[in-house]
Amino acid sequence: MTQPVAASTVRTTCPYCGVGCGVLASPDGQGGATIAGDTDHPANFGRLCSKGSALGETLSLENRLLHPQVDGAQVSWDAALDTVAGKLRAVAEEHGPDAIAFYLSGQLLTEDYYVANKLAKGFIGTPHVDTNSRLCMSSAVAAHRRAFGSDTVPGCYEDLDEADLIVLVGSNTAWCHPILFRRMADAKARRGTKFVVIDPRRTQTAEESDLFLGIRPGTDTALFSGLLVYLSDNGFRDRAFIDSHTAGLDGALDRARQIAPDVAAVAAVTGAPEVDIAAFYALFAGTRRVVTAFSQGVNQSAQGTDKGNSIINCHLVTGRIGETGMGPFSLTGQPNAMGGREVGGLANMLAAHMHFTPEEVDRVRRYWGAPRIITGEGMKAVALFEAIARGKIKALWVMGTNPLVSMPRADAIRESLAGLDLFVVSEAVADSDTARGCGRTTVLLPAQAWGEKDGTVTNSERRISRQRRFLASPGEARPDWAALADVGRRLGHGKAFAFDSAAAIFREHAGLSTYENNGTRDFDLGALADISDAAYDVTLPVQWPIPKRSGFRGAPQGKARLFGDGRFYTFDRRARFVAVQPPALALAASPAFPLMLNTGRVRDHWHTMTRTGKSQRLSAHRAVPFVEIHPDDAAAHGLAEGDIARLSTEHGAAELEVTVTDTVVPGNLFMPMHWGGAFASQARVGALVRGMTDPVSGQPELKATPAAIASVGYRARGFLLTRRQVAMPEGWWWARAAITGGWGAQFATADSSRAVALMVRGLIQSEALSGCELAEYADHTRNRYRCAVYDGDRLVACLAYAPAGERPDWEAAKALFATEVPDAAERRALLSGRAATASAGPVVCACHGVGADVIATTIAGGAASVEAVGAACKAGTNCGSCIPEIRKMLAGQTACAA
Amino acid sequence: MATSPKDTRGHDARAESGLPRERLVVVGNGMASLRFLERLTEIAPGRYDITCIGAEPTVAYNRVLLSSLLGGEVDEAACAFRGLDWYADHGIRLITGAPATRIDRENGYVRVGETHVLPFDRLVLAVGSLPIRLPKPGMDLPGVITFRDLADVAAIRKAAVQHARAIVIGGGLLGLEAAVGLARLGVETTLLHVMDRLMERQLDHHAAALVKRAMEARGVRVILKADTARLEGDGRVERLVLADGTALPADLVVMSVGVRPSVALAQAAGLAVGRGITVDDRMTTSDPRIFALGECAEHRGQIYGLVEPAYEHAETLARHLAGEPAEYRGTALSTSLKVSGLPVFSAGIVDTPDDAEAIVLSDPGAGLYRKLLVRDGKLIGAVFVGDIAEQGACKGLIRSGDPIENVDDLMFGRPVPEPLAA
Repeated sequence: MTQPVAASTVRTTCPYCGVGCGVLASPDGQGGATIAGDTDHPANFGRLCSKGSALGETLSLENRLLHPQVDGAQVSWDAALDTVAGKLRAVAEEHGPDAIAFYLSGQLLTEDYYVANKLAKGFIGTPHVDTNSRLCMSSAVAAHRRAFGSDTVPGCYEDLDEADLIVLVGSNTAWCHPILFRRMADAKARRGTKFVVIDPRRTQTAEESDLFLGIRPGTDTALFSGLLVYLSDNGFRDRAFIDSHTAGLDGALDRARQIAPDVAAVAAVTGAPEVDIAAFYALFAGTRRVVTAFSQGVNQSAQGTDKGNSIINCHLVTGRIGETGMGPFSLTGQPNAMGGREVGGLANMLAAHMHFTPEEVDRVRRYWGAPRIITGEGMKAVALFEAIARGKIKALWVMGTNPLVSMPRADAIRESLAGLDLFVVSEAVADSDTARGCGRTTVLLPAQAWGEKDGTVTNSERRISRQRRFLASPGEARPDWAALADVGRRLGHGKAFAFDSAAAIFREHAGLSTYENNGTRDFDLGALADISDAAYDVTLPVQWPIPKRSGFRGAPQGKARLFGDGRFYTFDRRARFVAVQPPALALAASPAFPLMLNTGRVRDHWHTMTRTGKSQRLSAHRAVPFVEIHPDDAAAHGLAEGDIARLSTEHGAAELEVTVTDTVVPGNLFMPMHWGGAFASQARVGALVRGMTDPVSGQPELKATPAAIASVGYRARGFLLTRRQVAMPEGWWWARAAITGGWGAQFATADSSRAVALMVRGLIQSEALSGCELAEYADHTRNRYRCAVYDGDRLVACLAYAPAGERPDWEAAKALFATEVPDAAERRALLSGRAATASAGPVVCACHGVGADVIATTIAGGAASVEAVGAACKAGTNCGSCIPEIRKMLAGQTACAA
Repeated sequence: MATSPKDTRGHDARAESGLPRERLVVVGNGMASLRFLERLTEIAPGRYDITCIGAEPTVAYNRVLLSSLLGGEVDEAACAFRGLDWYADHGIRLITGAPATRIDRENGYVRVGETHVLPFDRLVLAVGSLPIRLPKPGMDLPGVITFRDLADVAAIRKAAVQHARAIVIGGGLLGLEAAVGLARLGVETTLLHVMDRLMERQLDHHAAALVKRAMEARGVRVILKADTARLEGDGRVERLVLADGTALPADLVVMSVGVRPSVALAQAAGLAVGRGITVDDRMTTSDPRIFALGECAEHRGQIYGLVEPAYEHAETLARHLAGEPAEYRGTALSTSLKVSGLPVFSAGIVDTPDDAEAIVLSDPGAGLYRKLLVRDGKLIGAVFVGDIAEQGACKGLIRSGDPIENVDDLMFGRPVPEPLAA
């Protein structure tokens, strides 16, 4: 039973990663809310990571899209939807329904997803419905389906608590799924669980591992093929399981032997030391309770499906699946990627884990009463966006995602939008790169954001939880499903889209999952098909499958693990070994592009920052987009820490701050995926990557793009702090971050200090700052300039500019900016750049806002362990995702002292 | 006419040896004169038979405090330096209220008033300067007062009754101080300045604007580019009319448009005179027996209206007359002062020349302004308002011409090393 909470407190689910943590939100009645972890939620038991903890800071209405717009003009919902329906009808008549495409998102609720999928595939009649999940975990889906006959995650989070060995492949779990990583760390403390981390980058997760294998990009299949050979040849096969419940071992093993006959061959391909590989194999072989968790390092690859299957092969050959503490485990990146898969909101699915056999198509047609049911797969994301440029797609409806940042070759996509007759964006924020895109007719529909919307999401362990409303919708924002249903009604399908609530949609969705199922499909919510509105509000979370016969006694009883009985969802109920292709990157480095670009997340941001970018705490960890480069490569390219570098590929370029680190291997670069046009001048991952797709899953390669890097000689660096966002001058390099009391932008420019000073004077004389007073320090002989703008005594803006090599430090200025009314000494400090008081340094612990200097001082003061540091300054005591960094500092300072 | 005892107490070696001491006559008893007497009697006690005459009825007082006295911040006693007993104790015959009227170089005496005669072997002229009165109609009306000495202060205070309206003409240092003093007395005060900024010789536009703001904050209305055409009134000043025709009612007009060195006495005696009394590096006039110092002296073409160079003159001359080597090379133009509590410092060049760079710190809201003028890495000028802590270093650099080591230290002060928070 769940514990009662205050009447004003709402139980909901975190909108970030696929862990799906329970959140308690207590609205303050003024549009904000206090956020806490839900101690009763089985994903997190009360814990929240830095991102989840800071959700309360992301609720402002700044930059929200509040009203429908057609071509930039505010219109009524009726007018906007009339435009959408009219144009869709026209496109369908002129070009056929398959000239219409939907691009959905793992952040939509299941109910939104369901209505979009139904409208497109059953009533408009277009198969071109894909989602940003294509970029996230479609290779895992494909690997599951090839191995199990269904898209089934076999295990659950409890398996992480109960494993003796956790292998993390292509997953920076410590940063990207922090709460799961805490569960793993607890298991390590409790039962000595060993961690093996496999990654080209020595991530924070790797720092916490017992064994780290720093393999070359794209060589995972060699490592796991070698493991399959090792397990087979050394007596670790589970004969009974293989014989009774699997097929295809011989073919898979033959292929594995060709790829990786022995440890030496694996070492040659992967670049990892033989001794480490042998240690990993022995550890895996000797440990029954092993979970192999994998994320984007596996999925975002032109061979992602094979990588997934090479992992699953090793679990099948040892029969380690479906029981406590074991199994392959795909960790998803989005809050509802799983819900989208359940609905079937992907181009290679029809609906509810059904595909395109004639029986399945007919079944869905009958259930929906669909006049224009589709009969085959549509285009997957990469192909879909390419088709826009070719004129095959004339109408595109994007919902809840930012493909102009995240899609490969995003610059080309932005240009191709101009060829669309209709471009619809359902969005919560007005200034996302995608919301600023333009078709011939562009319609923006204001969507509800987290805290306003109401429905269900499914996390990585198949657990369906409720996202509940605790804030009123601002402006004219509406549920996405309501907008979709209104368009369905306008297209003449009133009966099929007569939904009056999210619960009604969920019932229909559950009904389809159980419709003529009889145990033939893994995804079955039969027990929830008749759920009452009241029960829908209170009874979840629950894990699927939960078929009707599983009963509904007071509360629905889901299923924690599948395949414990050895029965899979293939026609013969046997799992399949898959013979994988030899590892090879889709694109090789060349003299023009000699380095290999890897991409990923940082600890405190999520996706394209439309939400986390509003939080000053989350923006303090890494404030600017950066590129990590090995010291050898940095030296060869004349790059130093903090320089601005231009990173270019065949498709685009970005300008990023250089971080020199040996956590990336020579020849590799790493850049974060988060910074879009609203947050940085030129840092969009999507513009750089080619996105060669996996032949099975269609997922694009985002982690190995040949690239070149060169220093960009800006004359000066600086920062600008303002109360509200301001547009940065054309031609400047900049990155924007939320700070306490406003916005901070770091910049680099070719303009002289004199030119900048003149520009500032121009701004001061402008209307926006009328009545404000300028304080400044100008030393143009040394190319230095700092200024502060006051409205009365209140600091409203400040700027620092110094020669590029000096990079003015903004920590002190940020602290003063937070105080609003600085005293005389502080005013002077703003102009001098000399601290009025000691600053805390870059933030390490985002939860408690503890800086590196404070932690260093604490350690210097005798705190010799993570716990002691936490006790002394609170750092690391909330979400714990900074503990690796604290540990590193401990090690570093102890080493210095020794 | 007060006199100190004629007889000295006979510490002088020369007197003891029976030789007559040289007679040293000092004309003027202002701040420069007193400092000279102090230094001379310290370095060479009893060497001269000294007589000092002053035109004002009182002994030398602190003229710098006149504005504070006007504003009632200090009383007359606080302005005093040395009492009559000091002069007596140091063997100085002091005669106050005694204007020198003629120098007879041939016969070696100074005439005092109409009748008295003071013979000298050496003569020091410390006669100061005279306030300028604008050559405009009505300047001699009653109620038009200059601001130069204790008598002026008394006259102004007498006129500054409640509800009186005062106009101060002249936006130099003294004018500002007079205006602030008047405002402090509760008088409705307007300051007129003919230039487009206050204290234009010491301050650039930014600094002057800050000072103006500070004046206004202290209740003084400031009108720049105010060209006085005439004063009007029936038997007493009633209004001031500007060149543009604006008439400003006035019950009291304080004239503070500058001073000119008092050269009449020297000129009549045939000494070389430029704008002031011409002296060489030992403060010696064209007559080797006669010296000049303070505001009346012109050295290397430069005249000074401030106390600091006057004190340097005094030091140089005291050493010279004590027989020590001494040489005056001029004073780097610098001003450190407080305009009614607002510290202002100015040294060297004020307006930025084309071949120099200005480094500027400006926070008008905090009343803070600093400008350093740098040419070829050397400091050639500095203007500070609000905080003048680094003035000493700046003066030193301007005087020495040494390259600047750390501009930031000059601009912001040396950072105080802070211990890490525990």
